Amino acid sequence: MAKIRLWIDHREMEVEEESTVLEAARRAGIDIPTLCYLKDLNAPAACRVCLVQVEGKPTMDASCVLPVSEGMRVRTNTPEVLAARKEMIELLLSDHPFECLTCERNLNCELQRLAKRYGIRDIFIEGSRNHFPIDDLSPSVVREPDKCIRCRRCLAICEYYQAVGIYRMVERSFNAIVGPAYNGSLMETPCIYCGQCITVCPTGALHEQDSTARVWEALRDPHLHVVVQTAPSIRSSIGEEFGYPVGTPVAGQMIAALRRLGFDRVFDDCFGADVTVMEEATELIERLERGGPFPQFTSCCPSWVRFCELFYPEYTKNLSEVKSPQQIFGALAKTYYAREAGIDPARIFVVSIMPCVSKKYELLRPEMSDSGYRDVDAELTTREFAQMLFQAGIDLRKLPEEEFDDPLGSASGAGIIFGSTGGVMEAALRTAYEWVTGEELKDVEFPQVRSDKYKDAEIEMGDLRLKVAVARGTGEARRLIEALKKGQKEYHFVEVMACPAGCVGGGGQPIYIETDDWNEQVAHRSRRSGGLYRLDRQAEHRRSHKNPAVIKLYRDFLGRPGSEKAHRLLHTGYLSRRLYSPEPLPKKEHKQKVPL
Amino acid sequence: MAVKTDPEQKQEQRLERALRKYKGKPGVLIAALQEAQEIFGYLPRKVLIRVANKLTIPLSEVYSVVSFYSFFSTVPTARHRLEVCLGTACYVQGAETLLRDLQDLCGTGPGKSAAESPFSITTTRCVGACGAAPIVKIGEELHGEMTAEKLPRLLEELEKQ
Ligand code: SF4
Ligand code: SF4
Ligand code: SF4
Ligand code: FES
Ligand code: FES
Repeated sequence: MAKIRLWIDHREMEVEEESTVLEAARRAGIDIPTLCYLKDLNAPAACRVCLVQVEGKPTMDASCVLPVSEGMRVRTNTPEVLAARKEMIELLLSDHPFECLTCERNLNCELQRLAKRYGIRDIFIEGSRNHFPIDDLSPSVVREPDKCIRCRRCLAICEYYQAVGIYRMVERSFNAIVGPAYNGSLMETPCIYCGQCITVCPTGALHEQDSTARVWEALRDPHLHVVVQTAPSIRSSIGEEFGYPVGTPVAGQMIAALRRLGFDRVFDDCFGADVTVMEEATELIERLERGGPFPQFTSCCPSWVRFCELFYPEYTKNLSEVKSPQQIFGALAKTYYAREAGIDPARIFVVSIMPCVSKKYELLRPEMSDSGYRDVDAELTTREFAQMLFQAGIDLRKLPEEEFDDPLGSASGAGIIFGSTGGVMEAALRTAYEWVTGEELKDVEFPQVRSDKYKDAEIEMGDLRLKVAVARGTGEARRLIEALKKGQKEYHFVEVMACPAGCVGGGGQPIYIETDDWNEQVAHRSRRSGGLYRLDRQAEHRRSHKNPAVIKLYRDFLGRPGSEKAHRLLHTGYLSRRLYSPEPLPKKEHKQKVPL
Repeated sequence: MAVKTDPEQKQEQRLERALRKYKGKPGVLIAALQEAQEIFGYLPRKVLIRVANKLTIPLSEVYSVVSFYSFFSTVPTARHRLEVCLGTACYVQGAETLLRDLQDLCGTGPGKSAAESPFSITTTRCVGACGAAPIVKIGEELHGEMTAEKLPRLLEELEKQ
């Protein structure tokens, strides 16, 4: 590759031809601030806080999109450059509400951080502020357009990563904003509630629908028996909020923290995942016997399920009928656990802690009440969970390690790796393999399906060569389905998770603002998987069907996997859905919270 | 079978035919929208949704284009189209207040003429008459040095036409 020689701040350097000035500077350890830029995903040159001066040019350039050229001399830190950047930041702030104190992103906001770094003390630019209604109608994602700095990152991730395309620049001049059509509510759109736009938004313009108030209320109510389930990935991501290195498993401290918050029972959603495996492997074997329909798609990601319902209704028959672990857990908590513990299910309040904002939507789906009650009452994201702990003054680092409660608290390693991409597939394979071949697996690991990129493999199971694939992001899922339609690909079993690296990269996970490189962002999230695989290796049981708690559940309550009772409680159906609501939702509702 | 011949259904059939022609081709959105606007006179929500679904383009994209170009209208075009210039010169001369006063007088907002109102109010960039700022453009006519006081008479005269 050809090299280019240039000088940045009088330092001579050689870089690859297609580098930008920003990349060249970074490589030399020279820092330039950015805001809209997200390398390899978004470079609209919208914010201009990355200005630099090329010697001999009359104007300054945005370094994030400026290609290097031979002999170029660039200055990144002259007083003029610094003043120009400061002015860009002031310009953004002149149209920004000063609500940091009450903002979701207080102390974790890229705009706030820049304002601090550039010592903004007053705004000298006078402009009129535009006011847009807050959209809090959706069960998952809240938009506060007044805090939007029009960086377009949400647009990019929704369009290119998820292939959903909810956001565009809409309206013009004063009213221009990044938003859905008509700057309407997300509820009028085919948003799949993955929350990925939240994780890349540099400000508080996008965040989840708050559920902490409802959970505090339940914890205060002496008549309720409040149980909590924690999703597989929480144990390896909550630590970040307390200063642990990314990916440190802190299950024991997390359990102790939940007891101190006042939950009556602390259970493990990985147990729900184990039951999902039992049912889903059974369904796969039934499809193999019946001859289809193939591929069987996993259905534990509600955003992926919604994507399929909206854009590929002809493939909903391929979605596994088995509910997600969250919903399986909820249905069992209000039936099996209620019976075992002798508690009236009407008094049981089920909270789930999930890496996800879509689970808030899933638990509201009308069909998710097979226990006779709403199976899951409220969901907290990892961030909301951390928020509650901060408020209660509970520091994970100061807690002893404790254990989950019985009977919904013991999980196999297979249930734990559900939180990682390829994990659902691997967990199901461990069980399906043994059931199909009647042999015990010598090595339970399937490295063929572990990856944070699209992956397919063939697994030999006796005479059967099972063709499997793992896709992350609904963008990959869309490409996969298009290939299936054209007959270019053929699979028996496909895992789809809407989020990068799976649930460890979910829309409800801690927001990491230390990088402006999308690949590094994904790598950071993948590192959380390391903790889960470590726990799997240490687990006493590594296959769902060998988990004694699962065996007991089937013996005492469900009968066998795929039984009539299992179908009634743990299976579900799908709809095809209209993409756009024909009428705008009434404006007055824009300020109303969704009644849960 | 009885065939309904009401005008709306005819319009929809025409749209259907037009969209069939554009389907699956790249770069046709603006042309398709222009044709749709010719058929309906303006671009109501249901038409944009139809265009999005038929051309398999996100509605956000369709709306983005429609809201960007001033020659597209999402509301039935009123008898009198008033455009308030929000260029720098007019802005400095209080065009924003003028815009609000005008909206108050007509009970409408930018791009949202009430269906019954004979006026539609939109904004425009500099129209090149900065010397007489602030400017209100009515049809092709420029009205300079506009003030809140002059507005009621102006509207009255238009209504008489
Ligand atoms: S988005 Fe950032 S700068 Fe804006 S109010 Fe929230 S914390 Fe403050
Ligand atoms: S939640 Fe997901 S689908 Fe919805 S707008 Fe955000 S990125 Fe797009
Ligand atoms: S909502 Fe957030 S991510 Fe989207 S354009 Fe606005 S500031 Fe950027
Ligand atoms: S223009 Fe370079 S970071 Fe926004
Ligand atoms: S700014 Fe209004 S005419 Fe130039």
